Amino acid sequence: MSDPVLSVRDLRVRIGDREIVRDVGFDVQREKTLGIVGESGSGKTMTALAATGLLDTPGAVVSGRSTLAGETELVGASPRLLRRVHGGRIGFVFQDPGTSLNPLLTLERQITESLETHRKMTRRQANARALELLEAVGLPDPQRRLDAYPHQLSGGQRQRVMIAIALACDPELLIADEPTTSLDVTTQSQIIELVRDLQRDFGTAVVWISHDLGVIGQVADDVTVLRDGEIVEQAPILEIFDEPKNAYTRELLRARPLVGRSEPAPASPDAPVLLRVDGLDVQFAVNTPVGKSTVHAVKQLSFEVRRGTTLGLVGESGSGKSTVAGTLTGLIQPTAGTARLDGVDVFGVRGAATKELRRRIGLVFQDPFSSLDPRVRVQTAIDEPLRVHGLAKGKRARQTRVAESLELVGLPASFASRYPHELSGGQRQRVSIARALAAEPELLILDEATASLDVSVQAHVLDLLAALQRELGLTYLFIGHDLAVIQQMSHQVLVMRDGEAVEYRTAAELFADPEHDYTRALLAAVPPARPRAAV
Amino acid sequence: MTTFTGESTRVASWRLLLRNPVTVVSAVLLGVVVFVAVAANWIAPFGVNDVDVPNALQPPSGQHWFGTDELGRDVLSRVLVAIQASIWVAVVSVAFAVVVGVTVGIVAGYRGGWVDTVFMRVVDVMFAFPVLLLALAIVAVLGPGTTTTILAIGTVYTPIFARVARASTLSVRVEPYVQMSRAMGTGDLYILGRHIVPNIAGPLIVQTSLSLAFAILSEAALSFLGLGIQPPQPSLGRMIFDSQGFVTMAWWMAVFPGAAIFVIVLAFNLVGDGLRDVLDPKQRTMIEARGKR
Repeated sequence: MSDPVLSVRDLRVRIGDREIVRDVGFDVQREKTLGIVGESGSGKTMTALAATGLLDTPGAVVSGRSTLAGETELVGASPRLLRRVHGGRIGFVFQDPGTSLNPLLTLERQITESLETHRKMTRRQANARALELLEAVGLPDPQRRLDAYPHQLSGGQRQRVMIAIALACDPELLIADEPTTSLDVTTQSQIIELVRDLQRDFGTAVVWISHDLGVIGQVADDVTVLRDGEIVEQAPILEIFDEPKNAYTRELLRARPLVGRSEPAPASPDAPVLLRVDGLDVQFAVNTPVGKSTVHAVKQLSFEVRRGTTLGLVGESGSGKSTVAGTLTGLIQPTAGTARLDGVDVFGVRGAATKELRRRIGLVFQDPFSSLDPRVRVQTAIDEPLRVHGLAKGKRARQTRVAESLELVGLPASFASRYPHELSGGQRQRVSIARALAAEPELLILDEATASLDVSVQAHVLDLLAALQRELGLTYLFIGHDLAVIQQMSHQVLVMRDGEAVEYRTAAELFADPEHDYTRALLAAVPPARPRAAV
Repeated sequence: MTTFTGESTRVASWRLLLRNPVTVVSAVLLGVVVFVAVAANWIAPFGVNDVDVPNALQPPSGQHWFGTDELGRDVLSRVLVAIQASIWVAVVSVAFAVVVGVTVGIVAGYRGGWVDTVFMRVVDVMFAFPVLLLALAIVAVLGPGTTTTILAIGTVYTPIFARVARASTLSVRVEPYVQMSRAMGTGDLYILGRHIVPNIAGPLIVQTSLSLAFAILSEAALSFLGLGIQPPQPSLGRMIFDSQGFVTMAWWMAVFPGAAIFVIVLAFNLVGDGLRDVLDPKQRTMIEARGKR
């Protein structure tokens, strides 16, 4: 057998007196994919960056060996050598396609850059190659796209361009660091297919980093499970799925969102309607270089949510899901339509009644890192709704209420004195939920509330939400893009596309027999239970 | 990847501020300047207007550390009291600029719409005037004196604070945590006080320390031109102006007031730089890492 494309041994990364990565070793073979899986903070990215010499965190010290194609040592290599290797022999795709591309350069410039540097191509040759690459990554109308700027593309298209750039010089190794994490499930499955096809055509070795073992199952041949900077299990993909040896691997397997795994506790079918929305229509005026135009974000949407149940609102980004949440919480003005919460006109409410209405509708946002004020302690954050709505009189009473809210979401009362940066992502999202619940809302809008969490953390938060619904009789409007998660939470499901409802039925019916093609496409995009290697 | 200790942000900022030796030295320097400003009248060895013509134009000596001027007045005493006047003018005028500018900026940034347009066009117009020209115009209308100087410098610096406050407010206003508060039914005043102001304070603090430095210079310039603090009250700019005729025979008359301006401005600038470093999270990570290595 020939030398592995990348061979890593005894890799360690130390920052200050903390060891971030300990004794990591793995091999990646030609045309094969190694999946590195673990939750945030487990050292996945550090490992990949250190192994390829791209780690530039100030103060980080890397030791061990990392050999490219059996000859080039990358740990401790000179900047000159690394410049030749990066982009030329190793390509990189990062998580956020929104910020990995330079907004001021056309796609053509960004793709040809490395070709001119590494392959010494002329401008004309490089341009021809750029066109070829855009075609290979399946970008529609590639000739015209060459002159486009990143902001003119969708998130999925940008990620395709990133892949084109990474593969431009025909590298031996592709490092894909959570390349689909910030994308919709549908786009995710397209990117997975794309990388597999390209890998077959180009014979590239791939290191795919993800927190989601479901995704890894669709791409990897071998898996390395990392936890706290150490390898806890290392095996071929089938072994990981069929005979996981480590308890943590089993936990990651359990945490994957799977279609048909679980459903919420049944709700009484004749529960009273809490929220009824009729003919909701939202249009935005936007300024474009050619003048004003309108974006029709939500078109004639009608739905109702019964007390104690969950309505799942599902669709890709840009389908208008969050706009619906915005109108219900007063952040966005609807153009037309009505919404009634228990008889109260949500859009027409004025004066003092507004405040009471805001109390009755709670909201939890997607990003736990920006939805809490960094300069405000947990106590003060949860205190805010209590103060605003005069729900507890006196400091002592409010402190008690904050402690109770924290307990409700499974956090110790001592967390009240912490600042958001002292909490993990999952803990922050729990605080956000505690905060929303402090005002004792009747309807809780969860806007992609678990989408940016690791799957293992997501599973815990979903369990928490289900338990709270059972115990407190809460009503949820659950917004998401992943049908597996929606199924786990919802009694009714509304599938949205381009601002319109394409399918609106009970969850049981919808999952048993999806009517619309788009619903079927969303379902097919969820990574299946078995790894691809087993099929 | 950063890890967080249990320490609060504020405490961490101070510790980081103290880790940079340049900032520590300049902070100590600033402390001395502030002490002088407060205690000038007690520590000055002579009265600022004690004329002693027989001892005019004496070089620095054991009795007169900074020498004497053309009327035999002690230069050290005059410099100390002049520092007090300069700092007073700078602090009050910048405080005026901060209060007015930040209020205008926050209201414009938070309300948006026509309020923003009107406020910011006024600010643009104020910006269009050269600093000294605007100050001169105000002094010309109201007549010279300490109060006028404060008003002039304060007016000149107001638009800077309005701009900085508005830009920061615009970016903080759309943060999810502010949106969340609004969705919760929280009133505007609570949102402004609890979420907006603390989160825009960083750049404003830095701007304040830098503006203090420039205000000292502006005051010196106005006094030099005879439009600022009026004699017989000593001021650094006026002292330099008065020294012009004697510069060949009494260098100390110009050098010591000049050095005082230099030291004060430098101290404010360096402290401003230090604050900027610790208040910017990106810089902060780098300083922390540097400390660990």
